[in-house]
Amino acid sequence: MEFRIDRSSGLPAYLQLVRQVREALRMGWLSPGDRLPTVRDVVARSGVNANTVLKAYRELELSGLVEARQGSGTFVKSGLGSTDPEVMAALRTRLAEWVREAREAGLDIEDIDALVRSVLTEGEGVAVG
Amino acid sequence: MTTVVEPVGDTAIAVRARALGKRYRSKWALRECTFDLPEGRVAALVGANGAGKTTLMTVLSGLLDADEGSAGAVGRVAFVSQEKPVYRHFSAAEMLRLGARLNVVWDEARARRWLARFEIPLDKACGKLSGGQQAQVAFALAIGSRPDVLMLDEPLANLDPLARREVTAELLSEVAETGMTVLLSTHVVAELAGVADYLLLLAHGRLLAGGDLDELLARHVGYTGPRSDAPPVPGTVVAARHDDNQSSFLVELPAGQPRPVVAGQWTERSLTLEDYVLAQLETTRKGAGA
Repeated sequence: MEFRIDRSSGLPAYLQLVRQVREALRMGWLSPGDRLPTVRDVVARSGVNANTVLKAYRELELSGLVEARQGSGTFVKSGLGSTDPEVMAALRTRLAEWVREAREAGLDIEDIDALVRSVLTEGEGVAVG
Repeated sequence: MTTVVEPVGDTAIAVRARALGKRYRSKWALRECTFDLPEGRVAALVGANGAGKTTLMTVLSGLLDADEGSAGAVGRVAFVSQEKPVYRHFSAAEMLRLGARLNVVWDEARARRWLARFEIPLDKACGKLSGGQQAQVAFALAIGSRPDVLMLDEPLANLDPLARREVTAELLSEVAETGMTVLLSTHVVAELAGVADYLLLLAHGRLLAGGDLDELLARHVGYTGPRSDAPPVPGTVVAARHDDNQSSFLVELPAGQPRPVVAGQWTERSLTLEDYVLAQLETTRKGAGA
């Protein structure tokens, strides 16, 4: 797979790489058992710092998506989107209901987006103000 | 002047400066410059014109003596100055032969690989090569000396965009292969994301900020919201802007704490490297802070 860095993004370069691997998994370009390109390959092909690639791979390893095998490379361990399709369908139905309710209350797409985002980020830090 | 640097803790230091100062006549070009650059990093040295970048590199590489403080680097240092010097009457091949004679350690294959990669003719006099090609000969010489620390003053200046990208990729490949430490100065801050992982920011001869790039950026956040005197989170205000009904702040968050969540009327924005550097440089122009 080919990595690219969006230099105008506020997202740190290593997290951009992490996101691209997760995206490749979600899209099915990468499957469990596949080998990620070696650090040197990524450096040579994408002009990304080796420390940045290592940091991204370490992050992916910590989240259990890939595993480093001594001497042979980094391999995809598990796929994303392995959630039960029935559970997914049920979640979607409830979300659609919630969105309808929000629209009836007068919220537009941006309001809904902001609301969802604030709930999503609640778990990631300490609320203030 | 150059002293041997001992490893500190579990991260080895490649370049160290302690209260480093350099004066040209009565004017200080560099003052109270203190930092540790860990081994294996690719550090960007950034600052406005006349900030002291070239002076710092020249002192660190041992070509100029400091007037104050001390500097040291681990192992062998190679320095390519902004002029990318080559002998005009020498061909690239003769430059390499010179490199082999002048350096204690010499890797001919590595130097030749660099020249081949950029399709530099070996038998043509350097004076007849283009500016970009001369730069490649200077780089090949530096790479061939297998330095532990490679210092490059404006390596990307005068290169076209494609060559800039290729030189960067090739340089980073060398770093990945050899584990050397790189310190490069540049004005092209926007192209540093994913390339540099360490930042040294100079202004008026003083070190304004320095450290791991990701950590620096993670600790600085932009907030925009209703007109107010203070940002919605605790921290140090780096920059603030107000108009009639809106305020925006650039805040340095306290170290070692999770990023606070803002709610209500405030929005937050992660900074790009360029945002961060420009905001920092602006603070010095207004005479605030350092």
